[in-house]
Amino acid sequence: MSVCVRVREEVVKLGLCAAALVSVAVLLVLVGYIFFNGAGAINPAFLLESPYRFEHGGIFPQVVGTFFLVAVCLLFAVPLGLATAIYLAEYAADNLVTRSVRFFVECLAGIPSVVIGLFGLVFLVYFLGFGVSLLSGGLALGFMILPWTVRASEEAIKTVPYSYREASLALGVSKWQTIRGVVLRNAAPGIITGVLLGMGKAVGETAVVLLTAGSGLESFLPRSLSDPVGSLPVYIFMLATQGHTSAASSRAFGASLVLIAMFLLSSLFALLLRNRFVRRKRRKIW
Amino acid sequence: MGEKIVEWALFVSALSSIFIVFFILAFLLKEGFPALTLGWREFFFGMTWHPSHDQFGIFPIVVSTFVVGIGALVLAAAVGIPAAIYLAEFSPDWLRNLVKPSVEMLVGFPSVVLGLFGLTVLVVFVRDAFGGWGECVLAGWVILAIMTLPHVVSISEDSIRAVPNGYKEASLALGATQLQTVRKVILPNARSGILASLVLGMGNAVGETMAVLMVVGNPNIPWIPHSALEPVRVLTSTIVIEISYAVWGSMHQHALFALGVVLFAVVAVLNAVTTAVIRRGKGGWGRD
Repeated sequence: MSVCVRVREEVVKLGLCAAALVSVAVLLVLVGYIFFNGAGAINPAFLLESPYRFEHGGIFPQVVGTFFLVAVCLLFAVPLGLATAIYLAEYAADNLVTRSVRFFVECLAGIPSVVIGLFGLVFLVYFLGFGVSLLSGGLALGFMILPWTVRASEEAIKTVPYSYREASLALGVSKWQTIRGVVLRNAAPGIITGVLLGMGKAVGETAVVLLTAGSGLESFLPRSLSDPVGSLPVYIFMLATQGHTSAASSRAFGASLVLIAMFLLSSLFALLLRNRFVRRKRRKIW
Repeated sequence: MGEKIVEWALFVSALSSIFIVFFILAFLLKEGFPALTLGWREFFFGMTWHPSHDQFGIFPIVVSTFVVGIGALVLAAAVGIPAAIYLAEFSPDWLRNLVKPSVEMLVGFPSVVLGLFGLTVLVVFVRDAFGGWGECVLAGWVILAIMTLPHVVSISEDSIRAVPNGYKEASLALGATQLQTVRKVILPNARSGILASLVLGMGNAVGETMAVLMVVGNPNIPWIPHSALEPVRVLTSTIVIEISYAVWGSMHQHALFALGVVLFAVVAVLNAVTTAVIRRGKGGWGRD
């Protein structure tokens, strides 16, 4: 290989490396920028008071509202997704019904969030009469992350070795008891990882919540499921697009910092859990 | 007995996804259909979207959506595919273990935060450097490329790694250099995965809402942009902005739901293409 060719190879490799580094740099710059601009806005009052117009007060109802929305969303999506996954992984025969369930789960995963928001608006808010509320917002978010909980749960269930099930069945335990006591217990870390990732998605989702749950500037906590609820993403959106003062802008960064902290924490937790799970499983085998 | 009940309950739960998709389709079509009574030709190919005059031509909005989506994809591919090649073939393990999870974390990054970043950094930069409004197609390209990048990197990298080592060894044994091997052996064999990542990224770019909305400007009357520095309106931003003041039950509201149906259809087609590409790639080997 001539020197010239070798040099060219190395140069191209350097270029490829640069592309890879750019991909990471984007995330670092993004998080860094939000941190430096948002950290100044964070203080106890900002976290514990209610907002007043764009420039005053805190984001307490928005933070709590986001948690409420995610809670309703998970209460809907996790049981349903888990049940779907158990059916697909443990019971389903390979027939038309099963294949269509899989197909429609993929379909649902592909639907853009703003379309889910439109559906939430016409179906939940108007047709079922839930109004612009915590319930509508939470359910609409639930529709959105349902396919992710199905996928993650099914994959986790499939990693449980078949011999575990055989051992349980050989002891005379029934199928459902085996699933509950053996399969789900061993798949739990994987399922929780999937739920955490879905949670990260729901926490940051704006379009769905904007159309179904409230205007974001609510200065009160919802007292029931049918009250409108403020949320961090919508609050940030309102401040960024309609609050034209520097105070509003710095508060938008403060709220963003809190939001990405919630997002990164749930992602990080999911990652750690997955790694620990993998390591534990390896140790068990040997 | 109890076992049977459990199985039935699980089965009924499994059907829920089917029902949800059907309900979404049914309600969207029901709400969107009246917009077509103005004439499907005027709706799909009409050049003016002017709700207060009852004019609902979506052509400029659809074209703008593709202009923004395709430009973003080109940018994401230009960075993402080389990055995927590096991570799969040349990167030391520690670097890959650092880069890949970080990039994948970008997948779920809250888009409204990205939009805020775009609005305060990117738009200002574009305005200072190139003039114009700042909120424009170019800003949309960059922001969407950032959102599409993780899909492209992650899926392309997986498909490049899936190329069997034997192929590479055979190529190297024939005296090909590493880069020749990458170009002639690895990329052709990973082609379907890379293509799938691009189509999937396109679907995500077209369906992405908040980040795009915040940086593309959204002029009152949508038009087809003549340069990258003009503001535009895309499907998603039109829906979110106008649904807040469209009178419920008016033709305007129906037209917005019809836009939702169009968006749904475009993304569904792109997803179907992704699935088909992946399936075809799995079947045939030894091509090229």
